[in-house]
Amino acid sequence: MTEALIRMQNVDKFFGSFQALTNINLEVKKGERIVICGPSGSGKSTLIRCINRLEEHNNGRIFIGENELTDKVKNIDAVRREVGMVFQSFNLFPHMTIVKNLMIAQQLVRKIPKAEARETAMKYLTRVKIPEQAEKYPVQLSGGQQQRVAIARALCMKPEIILFDEPTSALDPEMIGEVLDVMTDLAKEGMTMICVTHEMGFARSVADRVIFMDEGEIVEEAKPQEFFDNPKNERTKKFLSQILTH
Amino acid sequence: MNFDLTLIWDSVPRMLAGIGITFQLMALSAFLGMILAVILLLMRLSGKWYWSWPAQVFIYVFRGTPILVQIFIIYYGLPQLDFVRESILWPILREPFGCAIVALSLNTGAYVSEILRGGVLGVDRGFLEAASALGLKAHQKFIYITTPIAARLALPAYSNDFISLMKATSLASTITLMDMTGWRRLLRPTRYLFH
Repeated sequence: MTEALIRMQNVDKFFGSFQALTNINLEVKKGERIVICGPSGSGKSTLIRCINRLEEHNNGRIFIGENELTDKVKNIDAVRREVGMVFQSFNLFPHMTIVKNLMIAQQLVRKIPKAEARETAMKYLTRVKIPEQAEKYPVQLSGGQQQRVAIARALCMKPEIILFDEPTSALDPEMIGEVLDVMTDLAKEGMTMICVTHEMGFARSVADRVIFMDEGEIVEEAKPQEFFDNPKNERTKKFLSQILTH
Repeated sequence: MNFDLTLIWDSVPRMLAGIGITFQLMALSAFLGMILAVILLLMRLSGKWYWSWPAQVFIYVFRGTPILVQIFIIYYGLPQLDFVRESILWPILREPFGCAIVALSLNTGAYVSEILRGGVLGVDRGFLEAASALGLKAHQKFIYITTPIAARLALPAYSNDFISLMKATSLASTITLMDMTGWRRLLRPTRYLFH
């Protein structure tokens, strides 16, 4: 494998006096699929939000490719161009049609002409199987459709890495499948992905590595087979028994 | 003394003579007030105390005092000051119409900037995070995401303020302007009605 695309070294993050992340060390290589799981409040979301600087880390260093995340706006912009993100609550811009949602960042950030941006947008809408919704507004779509649009919006920027922050947690059960299908397709095509998710089936079938976090620390890190069948840490065992018995 | 409906009916066309002034006052001060409101809003959102603080004081004063007092101070008060009479603003402040526009604009600007601020603060943080994650810069987020969403949020409250502004234009009659209320003032004594 090639050199690490994401390197987090001794990263700490505080919210006031509360320590959300403690001494996080993580390397992600190009093309790797990582699933992060853990109880709520364990710092999973905070960890991936540090990767595109929606949160500032307090100690340690984070590198994305060549760029280190510091206060320098130039570096942050460069990182955000390479890192896409999909949110739990979709966060589609409510005042724009679906296709405009996919075009705006291409036009403003990548300076792509309108016609070409629209073409790219339609291409990715077709890929997530909803090109016919292009002229509708986000509220007119189901949750599953909105989340697929959000994935397409991230893809339009041709990122190297996509971060998924609990992409299926806000969805009705029957819509989870369609979103996971899109994510599985992406994984097969070799996209570097970091997914915070509670979908253990997805983790088992897609992930190269599963990371378990608790109280702001990485507690266990293993291949999915080993993680699910033979967890080492007591906290991991407890967590798995809680979510797998139902 | 009796209640004379025909008198009311006959007076309507004469009061309508003032509708032009009423609408001019309303449209012009709504427009200028909006410009002022946006400037005040940007000052308050700048995060720099030396911008934010003067805007807050301005808003506090103009929302905290009656519009009638503001009109009187501008029309009767300011010309007492020599430097006002010598300033380039004198051609405006010399005329009652100019004074009314200045007072109404300053007043509505203070209110509207707070309405707009409410809209801006109401924009879901998630949309801005999504925009950041896509790489939009701060000014692009403000123009393409915050502004259109905030405008929709602020519209109901703004329409209320617009109506208040129209009613406030009637106070311009107190400084001799012949808007609809001004004509009503003129009609009343000419018909020997009680005061």
